[in-house]
Amino acid sequence: MADSGNLTLNFGPQHPAAHGVLRLIMEMDGEVIHRIDPHVGLLHRGTEKLAETKPYNHSIGYMDRLDYISMMCSEHAYVLAIEKLLDVQPPIRAQYIRVMFDEITRILNHLLWLGCHGLDIGAMALFLYCFREREDLMDCYEAVSGSRMHATYYRPGGVYRDLPEEMPKYKANQFISKSKVKKLNYNREGTLLDFIADFTERFPSKVDEYEALLTDNRIWKQRTVNIGVVEPERAIELGFSGPMLRGSGVEWDLRRKEPYEVYDLLDFKIPIGLNGDCYDRYLVRVEEMRQSNLIIQQCVAWLNKNPGPVIIEDNRLTPPKRDLMKHDMESLIYHFKLFSEGYSVPEGEIYFPVESPKGEFGVYIVSDGANKPYRLKVRAPSFAHLAAINEMVKGHMLADVVSVLGTLDLVFGELDR
Amino acid sequence: MVNNKYEQLNDLIDQYLNSFEIVKTNDGTNITLELKKDDLIEICSLLKNTDALNFSMLIDVCGVDYLHYGIGDWETTKATASGYSRAVQQNTIIPDPDEKYQEKRFAVIYHLLSIDKNWRIRLKTFTGSENPPIVQSVTGIWNSADWFEREAFDLFGIYFDGHPDLRRILTDYGFIGHPFRKDFPLAGNLEVFHDDLEQKVKYRPVSITTRPTVPKVIRKKKNS
Repeated sequence: MADSGNLTLNFGPQHPAAHGVLRLIMEMDGEVIHRIDPHVGLLHRGTEKLAETKPYNHSIGYMDRLDYISMMCSEHAYVLAIEKLLDVQPPIRAQYIRVMFDEITRILNHLLWLGCHGLDIGAMALFLYCFREREDLMDCYEAVSGSRMHATYYRPGGVYRDLPEEMPKYKANQFISKSKVKKLNYNREGTLLDFIADFTERFPSKVDEYEALLTDNRIWKQRTVNIGVVEPERAIELGFSGPMLRGSGVEWDLRRKEPYEVYDLLDFKIPIGLNGDCYDRYLVRVEEMRQSNLIIQQCVAWLNKNPGPVIIEDNRLTPPKRDLMKHDMESLIYHFKLFSEGYSVPEGEIYFPVESPKGEFGVYIVSDGANKPYRLKVRAPSFAHLAAINEMVKGHMLADVVSVLGTLDLVFGELDR
Repeated sequence: MVNNKYEQLNDLIDQYLNSFEIVKTNDGTNITLELKKDDLIEICSLLKNTDALNFSMLIDVCGVDYLHYGIGDWETTKATASGYSRAVQQNTIIPDPDEKYQEKRFAVIYHLLSIDKNWRIRLKTFTGSENPPIVQSVTGIWNSADWFEREAFDLFGIYFDGHPDLRRILTDYGFIGHPFRKDFPLAGNLEVFHDDLEQKVKYRPVSITTRPTVPKVIRKKKNS
């Protein structure tokens, strides 16, 4: 038989398993991958350059749109970097609120990841279950910020406003009867915190359901065990972070190792994997959801007991109270100044990383003392992860590429920036 | 406790890197070493392979263009008669391919992390007046530098000598210029459109003008 040589195959950029816009050029020998060359940048919007032309606060919303699955975590890194440069400390209640929403975001992210990863490998039902739980968390986002995804809720100096006293409720109409509405609203009668507390009560049993579907599932294990194995030394060498690094057995979590906000006051465990394959990373992420749930419960308990300010009262940095502005000249001036020019940040440079659900999400700001960042660099975890795909799938089958792409947890918003 | 750790790192840096010409800035936990680009590879391997320092992970590589550093759009110390519209004037410079750069125009920034010791450091090296700007690649020391260096090359036009595969990464196929340079306009130079007559996608000069709505204002902190 004549040697047909290697086959070059194009994958994406519009492929459901490409998680957005990823183009892979694959060199294959039959069905075995020899080399993969990922082409990224199809979603490059120049966020960093845009941020250089805008006052600091205008870019908070852009951060949501970077990693559009874990919105508030990206905001968090940006806001913390600015706070560090300005040398301000947000009130403790704001820190707890941020931590709580970071963990809500982590569950949001892992649920989407689990659903899509399952869908890629063939578990259709899981996707629907995961999105059912995501819906409740999206409602928390909406209750607190008015927006289901791109919240723009964190501010340098705290959070935009305190947690709402009541949850939005379903209303009866021609399609939904009153009795149905009553059933739907059963956990929405109290405050947002009551709603979240109710969610954290229900959620562990839901995770059990996902695990019942997958953890011992023969097909799931055949598709993930021993696929995309990364040794711990290689994971460090390749710049992995987050669940990708922990899946390989390296105990590294910024929430524990470089605690920011109030993480050092909270009790949680860091799950790690043993073999560094797709299955271990799945187990790590599922356990992280349970741990996040515990953190949220601790935050809810603290927040219920400790009312207080949620943003610092420095009018150079945060807007004055609306009613004060109406009859106080000074407040009016501050308001005008803040919303036209913004605030100037002292000269200096800072790199601030947070443990985003995908890994180390860092923001590097160079300031020359202006009201806009001189240079903003976003260090996206997915960027380092995708760079390693060639090494991870070499010698695997074509179908395994999909498993590995799923396990990388890519979001092109942050990868391409 | 945290500060103790970084004091220790500070001492170790002094101990191991005393033979090199470096400028160190240190404000507690935020240590930056500004080094000469010829020393880069030597210092990087030292930082990685010395057990006491153990910077096993390269977190990030990025470029910075210092062309407009410290230049505001708007003089704020004097009252302005012409007011807000002055901000629309941008200090744009048309790039000249034979231009020799200022000594401190392009910098490459490296963020390192030690997993074992749990500390971080930032390295900074200026590329000098060479055109095109060039530094040694650190891909041989940390494999993760691969894509980060490609990105810095794509966005700033900084070349990395010894990089195995220095291609553009984020911009479009066939893109001209390096968009994150400060003399590259925010709206770009070319836009794509669909030519209905020829039935294909073509390029033309951009039809929009950038209008910054907020001027860049530098305010020095008053002695309060």
